[in-house]
Parts: sequence; structure tokens; C-alpha cells
Amino acid sequence: MPVDAIPATDEIAGADQEYLYTLNFGPQHPATHTTLRLILTLDGETVVKAVPDIGFLHSGFEKLGEDLDFNQYVTIVDRMNYISPVANEIAWHHTVEKLLGIELTPRCKYIRTILAELARISDHLLCIGAAALDLGALTAFLYAFNQREAVYNIIETASGQRFHPSFTRVGGLMADVTDEWVELIRKFIREFPKAHADISRLLNRNRIFVDRTKGIGVLSRDDAINLSCSGPIARASGVVRDLRKDEPYLAYGELAGAFKVVCAKGGDCYNRYLVRMGEMLESLNIVQAAVENLPGGPVNVDLNDKLTIPDKTATYRSIEGLIQHFELFMWNRRWETPIEEVYGANETANGELGFYVVADGTGRAWRARTRPPSFIHFAVFPDLIEGHQISDVPAILGSLNIIAAELDR
Amino acid sequence: MPGYLDILAARFPGAFTTSVFRDNQRVVIPADKAPEVLLPLLRCLKEDCGFDMLAELGGIDYLNYPNATDRYCVVYGLTNLSTGQRVFVKAFTNDPEPELPSVVELWRGANWMEREVFDMYGVKFTGHPDLRRILLPHEFAAHPLRKDYPLRGYGERHNFATVTRAES
Repeated sequence: MPVDAIPATDEIAGADQEYLYTLNFGPQHPATHTTLRLILTLDGETVVKAVPDIGFLHSGFEKLGEDLDFNQYVTIVDRMNYISPVANEIAWHHTVEKLLGIELTPRCKYIRTILAELARISDHLLCIGAAALDLGALTAFLYAFNQREAVYNIIETASGQRFHPSFTRVGGLMADVTDEWVELIRKFIREFPKAHADISRLLNRNRIFVDRTKGIGVLSRDDAINLSCSGPIARASGVVRDLRKDEPYLAYGELAGAFKVVCAKGGDCYNRYLVRMGEMLESLNIVQAAVENLPGGPVNVDLNDKLTIPDKTATYRSIEGLIQHFELFMWNRRWETPIEEVYGANETANGELGFYVVADGTGRAWRARTRPPSFIHFAVFPDLIEGHQISDVPAILGSLNIIAAELDR
Repeated sequence: MPGYLDILAARFPGAFTTSVFRDNQRVVIPADKAPEVLLPLLRCLKEDCGFDMLAELGGIDYLNYPNATDRYCVVYGLTNLSTGQRVFVKAFTNDPEPELPSVVELWRGANWMEREVFDMYGVKFTGHPDLRRILLPHEFAAHPLRKDYPLRGYGERHNFATVTRAES
């Protein structure tokens, strides 16, 4: 978008028109972390108007969702919020399974819950680490990334891939997990609280960090609701809503006693930071409760339902397995879906990640609409920044945790 | 049947149909009623039935969909934050000038989501304060999520204007 295509700035009250100037922030700027652009109108150092320009990473994910089948699209969904890809997969297949009416096995529910919570921890670690980095606190970033590495190791042990595991399948998982995986999680549960305490001690009472986040980018409760915010951003403004409690899915209903919903009232960057820090500890409690109560049994639903891909032994050694395999991989077969549509949402690290899937009877979605939390939260940004200094731009961007791949899809 | 549907049925008789699938309660407004009914109905849901949050707004193209009569649909997913209820209002509109009233006056959060629907489907939202393309370049001519737009596009990328360093 050329700068002259943005709406005119004539009507800005209280600013001397003669001294206003325009600053182009991004799309390539270290503090945006991802590819997004802001056109800032400045009066001295004060931002009087901010116009976000997005779409640099648009790659037609939702169009691809209408071409790929329910299992293939998981690789694309992975790349939306690439900070916590497993959570996206779980949300996508949650919706598909809701459409097909599949009830997962207990073991699968618990493993998915553990993965979703580990994804939340790794997302919050990146958000906090990067926000602190932008404000000049490099050490907290290093501590955070050290723990993210541990989470990646856990995901790699389960799926064989570190960043984009594509681990879920319709009706189950790519593979069962091993005892080694459980051991790695136990180790993580032992070690994470120390790193969390280190980060807290570095930032919570850090004069520079507090001065640059407290009272900056205040989002009131009414605005948070009116602007459709969800997740930690809404909860930091006093909106008590968490889908894990309000619409329990996976194993969250059974584990409801293991965690609390972290909320705050202030609605500024500092409160968003505190909510994320609190949520990580609650997530760790969920992981611990889930791992200690991990049920046995199969991870996939019964093969006779004709919904899951059989494992390779069944495919190669039995005629039923072979038929089932081909049934799910030929375009004229695959799943028989109801001619219906369904909305399913999960509470991911950034907020409510929903999918609206319209099915036309075939194995691919007629429409795979994503409700992307980053997109909705970035729309709030102009409201938050106006009246603040230009040095507050990275602070607010960091606290909103905008992931451009999810923003543009 | 949830209580808010009785209120809607009394206030807007014959203007909508309802359906349920899994836990999704839907209120469907056909294309001939949508321009007049949509905004008052959503206002009624927001102000009188407690659906204070617009959680989701997305477009769908039903071209050649089984049993479909109208073409474009915009889905408004509302949430009642005090009870946790959800309702999905589907409003239809048709070619040649797909148009629906904008709900930005009710929820400012609809601003970007309506721009995205306009960008991807070409549905115009009357009363929108700033209806521009949002994800695609502003000179882009087509609406790529329409069902008659091919997956690989019409070769638009090859025709993008080249900007040299001197001009930028």
C-alpha cells in the first residue's frame, strides 16, 4: 500500500498539522519480529495515528484448505502460528472430529492435552522473551529459549519433527508415545519452575521493564469485549473467559481441578506479561496432572469405524488394513461427511483459535475458515498505541504477540 | 429451545429459520430478508439477549453446494460472556451486487473481519468506515476465495508492477 493510499490525517485533533510526519515501521524491522508494516503519523515522538498494513505473508491457506483433505491440511495449519504448531493441529482436528462425530480414546485426549499445554508454554516463553528482548533485557530471552529447546525436544521425541510436527490425525495421532517421552516431560516438569523463577526475578521488579510496560497500551474490559479479544489479552483486561473451563474439550474437563484461570485487571502490557507468566505455571500443573494420570490403551479410535489411517503393520500385513489405507487415500473415497457445517474452537496460547468447517459430503472441506487470534488482536493495535511514544511500539507489539503467518494466512 | 430464540421469533416473525448441528445453534437469514433484518436482529441479540461479544465473522461461498439456494453467506459467531452460550447468525446475499449492512457500529472488532470478507468474497458492507482490501494488494482485481476462482489463480503474480529501488 503506498503511503498516499492511507486515509488522510487532516482531522486529527490537538496536533499541529505542520509538524506531523510519517514514519514507515516495517515490514522488515527487528522489533516487528515478523513481516508486518505500520504507517505511523508522529507529532514529535508521540504517535497520533497508526495504520497497520498487513498481507505480506498471505499465502492462501484457506484456499488450500478447500483443496486438501482433513489429514493433509494439518501440514498447512501447522504453519499458521508457527510458535506453537501442535496447538493449531489439535484445534483443526478437534473441529473435524466434531464434524464427523468422533469421540477420541482417553489416551489420545491426554496426550493431546499435554502437547497443547506444552505448546502454550513454549508460545508464552517466546512472547515474554521477545518482548523483554525488545525492551533491552537479553538475559530473560536466553533463559526462555533454553526452555523452549526442552519443549522442542519433547515434541521431536513424540513426532520426529521439531517445528512442524503434523502429529495429529483424524481420530487419533500419528503414533503412540513412548516411556522415554514421559521421562522427558517429567524432567521438564522438574526443571521448568527454576527457569520460570529466574525470568520472574529478572523482569517482575526490573525498573526499566516495569517503567516501559506499566500503564502502556491499556485495554479496558469493555474495549476488549467490543474488539473481540480473547486469550491472555482479554484476561489481562478482566474478561474471565477460558475455553478450557467454559467449554471443556479433550481432557480439560477431567483435569479441571488441576488448574486455575489467570486473570488481571489492569489491561496494560505489564498485566499481559503477568497473565502469561501465571498461565505457564498453570499449564505446567495440567501437564503434570495429565502425565501422572496418562491412561493406557490405543491412541486411535477403532479401526472398524473406517476413520483412521491404519498403522503400517496393518497396511502391509492384512487385507483389511490395506483396503482401509486405500479407502482413506483415494480421492473418490476418503471420509463420508455430513452435508453440514460446524464451528469448533480451542483455547490456544494466543486466544480462541477456531475453525469453521463446511462439509459437502466429501473428504475435503468446502470451506475451512480460520478464526485467527493474531488477526483480531492486531486490529486492536491502533487503539492501544495512539497517544503513546514511538518507543512504546515494540512494547505493545511484543505484548500482543502478533504472529504474521497467522495474521495473514 | 434457548430463550433468546423466542425473543427473536416474537420480534422478527418469519424472518429467519433455525437449525442445530452438534452444539452449534444457528439462525439463518435468507438473502431477501438479510438487508433489513440483519442489523436489528444482531442488535437485539447484543442488547436484549446478552450476546455481548462477536467472536467470529467469516464468509462462505455456496456456489454449487448441495441444496444451496443463495450464494454468499457471512457467519456471525456471537458469544454470551456471562452464560458462555454461542449462537451463529448466517446472513445470505447474492450476485450481482453482494451487499450486507456492516456491524461495526455494534462491535468495532468486526472492522478487520468484514474487510477480510470483502477482500476474499467481494461482499460489500454498507456503512463500514474503511472498506479497503486488507490481505491482498489494493490493485488486485479478483476475490480469491470465491468458488469460481481457480486454486492456482489467473496468473496475477506475473503481472504485478515491478518497483525499482529508485522509485520506492
